[in-house]
Amino acid sequence: MPDLLGLVAYGSFFLAIIGINAIGCLGLNLQWGQTGLFNVGIAGFIAIGAYTSALLTTPATTDHIGGLHLPILIGWLGAMITSGLASFLVGAATLRLRSDYLAITTFGVAVTVHLVTLNAQSLTGGSFGIAFIPRPFETYASQPAVFGLANLALIVAVVVVLYVGLERLVRSPWGRVLRAIREEERAAASLGKSATRYRLQAFALGGAIMGLSGAIHASFIGFIAPDNYLSSVTFQIWTMLIVGGSGNNLGAILGAALIWTTWSATGFFTGMVFPPEQQARAAALQIVAIGLILSGTIVIRPRGLLGERTTVSRHLNG
Amino acid sequence: MNPQFIADGLVAGAMIGLGAIGVTLTYSILRFSNFAHGEFISWGAYATLLTAGLIGYLAPSSNEGYGPFSVGWGVLVAGLIAMVLTGLLAVLLDRLLFRRLRRKGASITVVMASFGASMALRALLEFLFTSSPRYFSRDLQIAVPVVPGIRVTPDQMALLGMTVTLALAVHLILTQTHMGRSMRAVSENPALARVLGIDIDHVIHITWLLGGALACASGVMLGLVVQIRPYMGFDMLLPLFASAILGGIGSVPGAIIGALVVGVSEAATVQLIGAEWRAAVAFLLLIAVLLIRPSGLFGKRV
Repeated sequence: MPDLLGLVAYGSFFLAIIGINAIGCLGLNLQWGQTGLFNVGIAGFIAIGAYTSALLTTPATTDHIGGLHLPILIGWLGAMITSGLASFLVGAATLRLRSDYLAITTFGVAVTVHLVTLNAQSLTGGSFGIAFIPRPFETYASQPAVFGLANLALIVAVVVVLYVGLERLVRSPWGRVLRAIREEERAAASLGKSATRYRLQAFALGGAIMGLSGAIHASFIGFIAPDNYLSSVTFQIWTMLIVGGSGNNLGAILGAALIWTTWSATGFFTGMVFPPEQQARAAALQIVAIGLILSGTIVIRPRGLLGERTTVSRHLNG
Repeated sequence: MNPQFIADGLVAGAMIGLGAIGVTLTYSILRFSNFAHGEFISWGAYATLLTAGLIGYLAPSSNEGYGPFSVGWGVLVAGLIAMVLTGLLAVLLDRLLFRRLRRKGASITVVMASFGASMALRALLEFLFTSSPRYFSRDLQIAVPVVPGIRVTPDQMALLGMTVTLALAVHLILTQTHMGRSMRAVSENPALARVLGIDIDHVIHITWLLGGALACASGVMLGLVVQIRPYMGFDMLLPLFASAILGGIGSVPGAIIGALVVGVSEAATVQLIGAEWRAAVAFLLLIAVLLIRPSGLFGKRV
């Protein structure tokens, strides 16, 4: 039954993309949902992770530096380190200032990272991007259904591990300090908690998770190019978190599923309605739709679908 | 190096400056960084293009280049009309989105809404006009030497003159009129301003009208010197923020000076390193200011 197998292959691809988005969204939830840090450069941190992993894992090549052909897991780990480090530096420069400055700086990071991916040919392959990134379960690539399911299982496993880890973190004393700082910085400071230090930790960890999402995406598709990391990515992840419910890890995952489904459905719809030569134009309508969903949610239901649960401590049934 | 970069930088700085005034005013009076401000630049340019087309249809002579300039009086009149329209667009966006969120009191949510609005507004332009560039005029202009080594086109000279006029007008409004004093009062201390009977809603309206109109002027200039495309305003966003922060948030002369610094640095980079790195200049300046002097040149608080 080739049709069924095709459906399985497509379905697992679709769900895998949701999982990858959910990972980025969980990273944002740590930054924004738990700590109230406004990152407008998500695409940049995802790109740093994707390119790090690609340079570490691709086979030797003359097209760009790197090509170390290291194991995929090392690539993912390296992605978390570079993206986390980049977030740390950005945070160290801006977190002591007004919250808007972090937004503006992260926006600048995304613009600059995009510029580097486009122009630093020897590092990033320029506008041609980087191809032949090793994929997990490559040996099954000739059987799309098996390949898709195996990758989906891997991605789901990463999402579950992150979810459980972040939930534990949220309920830990560390998580409580983050929310205390978010709600009332002065009160937290009076208890001897350095707001900037905790914020910096949360921001760097969230950035590392975003980098992981970029690395997994790069390994899953096998090819990356600068235009994968435009501001529309940042915008999608934000909408996912806001619609799902910021401050809620389950909401981050739910939002990723809902918004990616909406995105694909509107893409399918515009593909049906508009003739081929108008497709690029019609794709803009998808962004308008997501923009309306984001703005509408912020105004009408700012807590999102799930909203934040009151978490006091894992020792209490709060 | 060739001194031409100074002239190119000043022209670019003038366009950035007109946008940066709006950013610095909304930041100091409404207390949020508006990521949708770049869209006022793009929407202003397209509004001018459409209006100029309409005027050209009614009065064909309006399209002919006036004197040494590449465009006729049609574009000038259209630009003035579009400045009002763009100001109204800014007011409308505030009514629909920002005001509701402001009332809930979460200032950073307003920033997020502005980010969403900017994506939607830009995508809408892309849908309506496609991403292929448009031009006010296809005429090529000969740059004339003004001082040895520096050449400027008549259009660029006119634009520099207009920028100086507009910036002076804003400065006079802020320092000499009752409305300007009210705006500065709200910027200093909104609670006290309200107690003194200042109509804050009115001040906010005027701020948006002013910011939108200036952004439109910047867009028209950008359209004349470069081209009109849906991403033109978005690409200006980082230079706008960098200039406003470099000049010191809330300071109109600071925004202009910051913009000139950004513009000249960009032009120098284009000449020394290459045009492809132009967009990184604003980011580096921004980081430098945040590390060395976060309050900017003329700013008070952060």
